[in-house]
Amino acid sequence: MPSPAPALAPADVADVTATDSALRRFLHGLPGVDAVGLEGRAATLATRSIKTTAKAFAIDLAISMIDLTTLEGADTPGKVRSLCAKGVSPDPTDRTVPSVAAICVYSDLAGVAAEAVRGTGVQVASVATAFPAGRAARSVKLADTAEAVAAGATEIDMVIDRGAFLAGRYLEVFDEIRAVREACGDAHLKVILENGELATYDNIRRASWLAMLAGAHFIKTSTGKVAVNATPANTLLMLEAVRDFRDATGRQVGVKPAGGIRTAKDALRYLVLVNETAGDDWLAPAWFRFGASSLLNDLLMQRQKLTTGVYSGPDYVTVD
Amino acid sequence: MKFEYAPAPESRATAEIAPSYGLFVDGGFREAADGRTFKTVSPSTEEVLSEVAHGGEADVDAAVAAARAAFPGWSALPGAERAKYLFRIARLVQERARELAVLETLDNGKPIRETRDTDLPLVAAHFFYYAGWADKLPHAGLGPNPRPLGVAGQIIPWNFPLLMLAWKVAPALATGNTVVLKPAETTPLTALRFAEICRQAGLPAGVVNVVTGDGTTGAALAAHPGLDKVAFTGSTSVGRAIARSLAGTGRRLTLELGGKAANIVFDDAPLDQAVEGIVNGIFFNQGHVCCAGSRLLVQESVADELLGRLKRRLGTLRLGDPLDKNTDIGAINSPEQLARIRQLADTGDAEGATRWTAPCDLPSTGYWFPPTLFTGVTQAHRIAREEIFGPVLSVLTFRTPDEAVAKANNTPYGLSAGVWTEKGSRILWMAQRLRAGVVWSNTFNRFDPTSPFGGYQESGYGREGGRHGLEPYLDV
Repeated sequence: MPSPAPALAPADVADVTATDSALRRFLHGLPGVDAVGLEGRAATLATRSIKTTAKAFAIDLAISMIDLTTLEGADTPGKVRSLCAKGVSPDPTDRTVPSVAAICVYSDLAGVAAEAVRGTGVQVASVATAFPAGRAARSVKLADTAEAVAAGATEIDMVIDRGAFLAGRYLEVFDEIRAVREACGDAHLKVILENGELATYDNIRRASWLAMLAGAHFIKTSTGKVAVNATPANTLLMLEAVRDFRDATGRQVGVKPAGGIRTAKDALRYLVLVNETAGDDWLAPAWFRFGASSLLNDLLMQRQKLTTGVYSGPDYVTVD
Repeated sequence: MKFEYAPAPESRATAEIAPSYGLFVDGGFREAADGRTFKTVSPSTEEVLSEVAHGGEADVDAAVAAARAAFPGWSALPGAERAKYLFRIARLVQERARELAVLETLDNGKPIRETRDTDLPLVAAHFFYYAGWADKLPHAGLGPNPRPLGVAGQIIPWNFPLLMLAWKVAPALATGNTVVLKPAETTPLTALRFAEICRQAGLPAGVVNVVTGDGTTGAALAAHPGLDKVAFTGSTSVGRAIARSLAGTGRRLTLELGGKAANIVFDDAPLDQAVEGIVNGIFFNQGHVCCAGSRLLVQESVADELLGRLKRRLGTLRLGDPLDKNTDIGAINSPEQLARIRQLADTGDAEGATRWTAPCDLPSTGYWFPPTLFTGVTQAHRIAREEIFGPVLSVLTFRTPDEAVAKANNTPYGLSAGVWTEKGSRILWMAQRLRAGVVWSNTFNRFDPTSPFGGYQESGYGREGGRHGLEPYLDV
């Protein structure tokens, strides 16, 4: 089979990221995205019918991929601790339910979360870099990152500087991602593109490649704090990007849609996108995550319905 | 991890099939005059679905006479009254969409996803659209007082049985004509179900008549002296024979025939969407599409990358039970068609093209052909010139826009073409030069009742759809 994407060796990566103009030429040389076609493909895949055994498999997989999230000004240590308890053991009546992948909190509560999930295998993800706007000095962003890691965060969800990106200062965005990745140490880095502010699919594809070239372990759709967050189409586009990036460089990068995914039906549709775009290799919590909070309860209710045959309603799952 | 989709079959219970069906003539169902019948089978299982009356000359006579008798009353109705019937039919099609989709899938072999999401919505849309024209004909730009022609004989193919029926029947009725419809031999069931819908809508007897049968029935209808108009969709060879038989009779004729469309991908195309467009162009409906993008013309500089992406995508197509909601590729409609596809594909091998087949298991019963593409194809290969009407894509390359146009136009056909580029000016430049009735830009096989459809050269003449689709049924 001919190569689906031109190869990009490490030396080539160094070349295309050496200067602002080289990086611009590379990013603008990526194939364009036809919006109608992309959204049409996402809509077609949304018609897949996932039933019975496939549904049971997908529900458990989706639960295990959740970054169970609370990102509110009103968050307290108590709230975070109860969220951790829920993440470790989502259904107190059924111990066969898998744990979620991670608990996602603001950096000042990363320590509380780390304490609460210690020894369970559940990761602590902390947003950092002046989340969600990202409007702070780089020194502040790096300090934010370093403190979150020091407090026990094993995953960092950073935001890119959308202003710099939209102004075409790609190398500045690239350098910042690199610097944050450095500050992460061993923690995994998820790079939030904030698709809703990038506005065009061409921008989303370019930002995806920019983040991957800069060393992102994951690319993430959005903060959940703007009007447009994860959509099937922009997630499909990012799945194409990670697929093509691995073809070109051999390095696999994960994808995390976040914001607005609230129902099991939605989650299953995202898994179909993963399955039919990036493929099996991405169908694991190490490579695909859902940034979500209320999604978990809907998955649990659907799981109960599937195992018991009756839909028991929201009083039979815990509120947090 | 492996994510296997469990079977998700649509229930057959919504579409009950009687053991036998008669012809629909003058508002009632009746056996053929000579009592002959034929069997219609499900192409995916070879199961006999029903026995259907085989109309002969006497039946065609009776149907044409019924349509003639109904014509004065129907054509004298105010347009707004005819519109009411058409709106009613459109709503009934929507209400019974699931039943019709299941029936179409069983009789034709195409996936339920396509009948449910493409065929049936378009069928209803065509009736709604032409219902809207019925009382506005003097304002269609076809003269101040366009008159209906009379009785139309309409012969439709098996690839989109109900949709082709809608393309033919809706404009004919809106303009005040009455019709005798001959559905394809292998797919008569949805036309007969449509006849029930006409009754349910209270359509006056004789306005729509359905005479089922094989090619001889179609030939008898096409040549019938009682008609004022013949509309045919099907193969170019049959279209030629009909044109010959009508020459000099003064009866009007429109033909929508074969095609060998070029789908042209430039190096600045949106590649992932182009791949989807190629798949949609040639593997939609198993390639049983007259406007299928059966020739892929790809710019040499991007050919390897595009083919790599295309093959990977074809590996994800799901072939199998057409009633399963997750099936992408259904069954070939008939053993005859399967034999023709095999024979032409073998010609591709023999003439030196390289065959590649998507990895998939074919069911043991029924008629199946896997998604296939040939590389190394040149204009001189038969698979680049002849319509295969199956899931077989011929891949050619080009270097410059002029070469793309020259190759795309180098065909006796001219039904459709596709252009993939992010450069708007190039799309317009190409569209001006391509000799094809439809040029799609950055999409393929998109249909809409407001848009005229039809061909150049051996792809036929006349237009269906849109305002243009009224003209073939009007004396202007």
